[in-house]
Amino acid sequence: MADTARDPPPESTDFQELEDGEDLFPEPAATQESGPASLPAEDISTNSNGPKQDSLFDDDPEDLFAEATEEVSLDSPERDVLLSDGPSPAITPITPPTSVITPRIGLAHDDMFTHSSFDEIEEEEGGDSFDIHIAVSDPEKVGDGMNAYMAYKVTTKTSLSLFKTDEFSVKRRFSDFLGLHSKLASKYLHIGYIVPPAPEKSIVGMTKVKVGKEDQSSNEFVEKRRSALERYLMRTVKHPILLKDPDVLQFLESSELPRAVSTQALSSAGLLRMVNKAADAVNKMTIKMNESDAWFEEKQQHFENLDVQLRKLHASVESLVCHRKELSVNTAQFAKSAAMLGNSEDHTALSRALSQLAEVEEKIDQLHQDQANADFYLFSELLGDYVRLITAVKGVFDHRMKTWQKWQDSQLLLQKKREAEAKLQFTNKPDKLQQAKDEIKELEGKVQQGERDFEQISKTIRKEVSRFEKERVKDFKTIIIKYLESLVQTQQQLIKYWEAFLPEAKAIS
Amino acid sequence: VWCMMGYVCLCTDATLQVDISDALSERDKVKFTVHTKSTLPNFKQNEFSVVRQHEEFIWLHDSFVENEDYAGYIIPPAPPRPDFDASREKLQKLGEGEGSMTKEEFTKMKQELEAEYLAIFKKTVAMHEVFLCRVAAHPVLRKDLNFHVFLEYNQDLSVRGKNKKEKLEDFFKNVVKSADGVLVAGVKDVDDFFEHEKTFLLEYHNRVKDASAKSDRMIRSHKNAADDINRIASSLYSLGTQDSTDVCKYEHTHKIEARVAADEDLKLADLLKYYLRESQAAKDLLYRRSRSLVDYENANKALDKARAKNRDVLQAETSQQLCCHKFEKISESAKQELIDFKTRRVAAFRKNLVELAELELKHAKVKGLVTVRSR
Repeated sequence: MADTARDPPPESTDFQELEDGEDLFPEPAATQESGPASLPAEDISTNSNGPKQDSLFDDDPEDLFAEATEEVSLDSPERDVLLSDGPSPAITPITPPTSVITPRIGLAHDDMFTHSSFDEIEEEEGGDSFDIHIAVSDPEKVGDGMNAYMAYKVTTKTSLSLFKTDEFSVKRRFSDFLGLHSKLASKYLHIGYIVPPAPEKSIVGMTKVKVGKEDQSSNEFVEKRRSALERYLMRTVKHPILLKDPDVLQFLESSELPRAVSTQALSSAGLLRMVNKAADAVNKMTIKMNESDAWFEEKQQHFENLDVQLRKLHASVESLVCHRKELSVNTAQFAKSAAMLGNSEDHTALSRALSQLAEVEEKIDQLHQDQANADFYLFSELLGDYVRLITAVKGVFDHRMKTWQKWQDSQLLLQKKREAEAKLQFTNKPDKLQQAKDEIKELEGKVQQGERDFEQISKTIRKEVSRFEKERVKDFKTIIIKYLESLVQTQQQLIKYWEAFLPEAKAIS
Repeated sequence: VWCMMGYVCLCTDATLQVDISDALSERDKVKFTVHTKSTLPNFKQNEFSVVRQHEEFIWLHDSFVENEDYAGYIIPPAPPRPDFDASREKLQKLGEGEGSMTKEEFTKMKQELEAEYLAIFKKTVAMHEVFLCRVAAHPVLRKDLNFHVFLEYNQDLSVRGKNKKEKLEDFFKNVVKSADGVLVAGVKDVDDFFEHEKTFLLEYHNRVKDASAKSDRMIRSHKNAADDINRIASSLYSLGTQDSTDVCKYEHTHKIEARVAADEDLKLADLLKYYLRESQAAKDLLYRRSRSLVDYENANKALDKARAKNRDVLQAETSQQLCCHKFEKISESAKQELIDFKTRRVAAFRKNLVELAELELKHAKVKGLVTVRSR
C-alpha cells in the first residue's frame, strides 16, 4: 500500500463542515437529565371518555358455550391452569367476582370489540390522545433476609372516566407485576393480542438486594427494575383493549392485591410453564401451515429479520455503554495523572495550565458517565424491551398457526365422521346412525367455530401488528431524538469546559 | 511538520532543510524518502533525496549516542519503530469476518480501518521527520559526518538491525547504566542548577510516563466507543425506523467522536510520548555528566595518589586534565541544552494544548450543530 505522507494534522479536510450560519442553540433542550430518563406520558388531549364500559359485559351466549365444550388440547392446559389460578386459593377473596369469569368473558368481549368498539377506539384516539400516566417510584425494602422484597409505589394520573379518581397510588411488588402479566397473557395471547412482556426475573439481582448490600450495583439493579416496571405498565395501558381489562384496573386501583404465587420461578406452575413451552416448541416445528395469506408470510419474515437486527443493535449499544463507562474511568485516571504532571512541572504557567487540563478532564469524565447512563436507560433498555416484545409478537403468530391447526383437525375429524356415517347408512343400526349424525352436527359447529376463530385471530393480528409497528417507529423516533438531545447537552458542557481552558493554555509563555 | 519541538526554525533556516517528502509502506517495512535542501558546501548538490529505512535512522541515532564528543548534548530521541501489526491484524480479522456482515457494514469498517492505518502511517513518518529536523537544527549535530552520509549517500547504508548478540550487549549496557544511574543519582551535586535539574527530571520523567500511559488508555476507550457508535449507526440504518436524516446525524456524531479521539491522540498522547522520550534523553545527558564527574573525581584521587607516591605523575596529571576538561565541557553544553529543553517543552506544550482545546471546541460545536438540527 503506497501512501504519501505529507499532510497537516487532521484538519477535517475530508469532512464536510456544516454552515456556521445557523443559530447553534435555537432553544435549550429540556433540563439536563442527570439520571435515567423515564418515558414521559404522551401529551394530554381533550379525549376524556373512553368507549362505553357497558359493552364489556355483554354476553355472547353462543361463544360462551362453544368455549365450554372445547376439548382440552395441548395448547390450552396453560390457560386452564391459570384459569383456576385466577384468585389463588391461598389468598383472601378480596377479588371482585369479575376476575373469575373474565377468561370466558374476555373472549366474548373481544369479539365485540374487534367488531365495533375497537374501531371506535381507534377513531377517538386518532391523534395519539392518551390521557393516562403511570409512574413507578419509591422502591423500599420490606422484610428481612430471604423473604424480603422490594415494594414499589405505582401512581396513576389520569382523566379517563374508566377510573374512580384522577390520581391514586398503590403499593406493588415485583411478583404482582408478573401476576398481572400472566393473567393478561392467558386471556389475550391466544386470540392474537400482543401482550407486553413483563420485566425479567433476576435471581442474582434480587438476592443481592435481599441480602441487604447497599452498594452501587444493587442500587443500579433496583433503578433498572423500577424503570422497566414503569415502561411495562405504560406499554400495557397504551393498549386500548388491555387498558380496560379488569385485572389491569384492579392492579392500578386496588389497595390490596392477592399474591400471585404461581409466578415464582421454582413453583409447580413455573415448572408446568416450562414444560408447556417445550411442548409448544416441538409442536411449532411439526405444524406445516398452508399460508394462503401472503401478508402473514411477509410479516413473519419481517419480524424474524427485525428480531435479528434488534438483537445486534442491542449488543452494540450494550458494548457502547461498557466502553463509555471505561472511558469515564480512564479519563478520571488521566486527569489525576495530568494533575501530578502539572505539580512536577517547574514552569509556573505551564504547571497551572496542566492542572486546569486535569480539572477539565475530571469534569469530562463525569460527562462520559452521565452519557453512559443515558445510553443505557434511553437506548439499551428500550432495545431490550423490544427484543422481548418481538418474542411476544412471534408467539401471537404461533397462536394463529395453532388455531389453524385446530380448525384443520376439526375438519379432518368431521370428514372421518362423515365417511363413517356414510358407511353406517348401509348397515341397520339406527341408533348408531343417529349418534353419528349428532356427532357430525356437533363437529360442523366446531369446524365453523374453528374457521371463525381463525379468521378472528387473523384479523386481530393484522390490527395488532399495524398498531405495534406504529408504536415501534414512534418509540424509536422519540428515543433517538431524546438521545440526540442528551448528546447536545454533553456538547454544550464540553464547549463550556474547553472555552474556560483555552485562555489558560494561551497564557503559557 | 507539526512541531513537538515547539519552534518553527527549521523551515526558515536555508542552510540546511530536511524533510520526508514521501513514504512507502511495504509488507514489513517502510521506506522513507529523505529530502534535503542545503546551501552548505559539504554537499555535492543543493537539493537531493535518498531512500532510508527505520534501521538506518536507528543507526544514526546510536552513532550519536556512542560518540564521546556529543556527551554534552541531549541526543534527539530515536523515532519508534513503525508498528502496523495491530492495524494489520484488525484488517485481517475484518477480512475473515466478511461473511457475517452486510456489504455496507463491511465497506464502512474497511474504510475505518484503512483510515486508522493511514493515521498510524502518517504518525510514523512525522516521528522520523522530527528526529531529522532536530538533528538538522542542532548547531553541532548538524555538522556530523554520519548525518551527512545519511542524507546524501544514495545507496543502502547496509546497516542491518542489531543481531541477538548485539541486542544482548545493549541490554547489559542498560543494566549497568541503570545501576550506575542509581549510584550517580545518590551523589549530591555541588552545582545548584544541576542538582535541581536532576531532581526535577527524575520526577518529571516518571510523571510523563504515567500520563502518557493513561492518555493512551483514555484514547483507546474513546476509539472503542466511536467504533460502537459506527456499528449502531449501520444497524439503525438497516432497521429503517429512522428516516435517513436522523441516522446521518448519528453517523456524523460518530465521525466526530472518532475525530476527537484522533485529535486527542495527536495533540495529547503523541506530545506526552515524545516528551517521555526527550526527558529520557535529558536524563541520559545528566547521567553522562555525572559519570564524567565521577571520572574527574577518580582522576583527582589518582593524581593525589600519584603525587604522594611520586610515580607516573605526568600521566596522572594529563589524565586529570582531560577528565576536568571533559567534565567542564559537558557541564557547559548540558546547561544550555537543559535550558533549551525547557524552552522547547513549554512551547510544545503550549502549542499542543491550545490546538487541542481549539479542536475540541470545534468538534463540540459542530456536533452540537449537527444534533440540534435533527429536531
